[in-house]
Amino acid sequence: MANKLYDDAAAALEGLLFDGMTVMAGGFGLCGIPEKLIAALRDSGTKDLTCISNNAGVDDFGLGLLLQTRQIRKMISSYVGENKEFERQYLGGELELEFNPQGTLAERCRAGGAGIPGFFTKTGVGTLVAEGKEHKDFGGETYIMETGLTADVSLVKAWKADPAGNLVYRKTARNFNPVMATAGTVTVVEVEELVGPGELDPDHIHTPGIFVQRLIVGRDYEKRIEQRTVRAATGSEG
Amino acid sequence: MPWTRDQMAERAAKELEDGFYVNLGIGMPTLVANYIGEDIDVTLQSENGMLGMGPFPADDEVDADLINAGKQTITELKRTSYFSSADSFAMIRGGHIDLSILGAMEVAENGDIANWMIPGKMVKGMGGAMDLVAGVKKIIVLMDHTNKKGESKFLKKCSLPLTGTNVVDMIVTDLGVFQRPDHDSKFRLIELAPDVSVEEVREKTEADIDVAV
Repeated sequence: MANKLYDDAAAALEGLLFDGMTVMAGGFGLCGIPEKLIAALRDSGTKDLTCISNNAGVDDFGLGLLLQTRQIRKMISSYVGENKEFERQYLGGELELEFNPQGTLAERCRAGGAGIPGFFTKTGVGTLVAEGKEHKDFGGETYIMETGLTADVSLVKAWKADPAGNLVYRKTARNFNPVMATAGTVTVVEVEELVGPGELDPDHIHTPGIFVQRLIVGRDYEKRIEQRTVRAATGSEG
Repeated sequence: MPWTRDQMAERAAKELEDGFYVNLGIGMPTLVANYIGEDIDVTLQSENGMLGMGPFPADDEVDADLINAGKQTITELKRTSYFSSADSFAMIRGGHIDLSILGAMEVAENGDIANWMIPGKMVKGMGGAMDLVAGVKKIIVLMDHTNKKGESKFLKKCSLPLTGTNVVDMIVTDLGVFQRPDHDSKFRLIELAPDVSVEEVREKTEADIDVAV
């Protein structure tokens, strides 16, 4: 079996990075983002990046780190409302932005990874999103064509992996990670825990190892929370 | 007296039916969860990849890996399942969600909705809103009847960039409830907030509506 395990994030990205490349990064808000790989991408200084990610992080965490250093040329996202530096660069004309409806973005990644170059969806028909796109009727309803997306490198965060690269995600930290794992020419994954062969139940694997080329175990995860909301502790059943 | 935000949410919650799978938008629609009747069983979907959303956690239950689409920490239930964003929008776009309750900046008399972009202002993005209005079986809008300038938000035609065309089934505002039985029909005023008159609604509504109260 090919050795997929690397010592750290910098080693896992070595030889993969070049200016002008396209990078997918999993996560929803700051939940389930590949925080170690993003930090290593920042440290590499690779620039003119096209980043495909649902969000753009916050000013000082997630993809916001790459905005601070002006390494991102273009973002493909569904929602970027949590980032002031993003707003400043965008309004200043320093950053390109392509908004995709969230479900269209997810399906574009899924399609790209599945070898499907385009598909039709009713999401966005009659809106700015539909402008310039092919329209086609199916069963009396109008749909627009969207294209599949792939990336030179996909950066993925999972919970556990085995040496074969089989992955298990945890709770809502799964989000875009499984589809982006399929859509990278090279997919690099960081996990919180590496388990031995056979320790993951084959029936419970979310991403089969074929989609994973490189793997690291991250330490001291920050896992920052954007909106900490709690209820008063009453001990009652939730 | 017009309804408060909580009263609007309480009124919208009456549209939930036993067994429904429901997606609640960010902001005021989130309040609807507080008014789900105890006699019905409703499963809340969160588009970031969760079905069976529980209440906010106690302080010692907070889990960074468990958030809703508004990025708030939440909890799971015994029925909960997690899935990818692609599966989540298969549920939404594929017509498997019974009802979505969303906020809006404008709604038009033909059911068009605008709730994601104001030209000239920083655009944050549409998130999942376009997918929800395109795919969910029934769309209810929860919004103030007028904007801060006192102008109608229920219009003949939306002036802002659209989120979807001919998709809204019901509107609950602080003044009343507007409904239409299908997407070819006109909206009808079917309910008024206490002490709000038909005349007041007409005066504050640009859209052409029927009155059935």
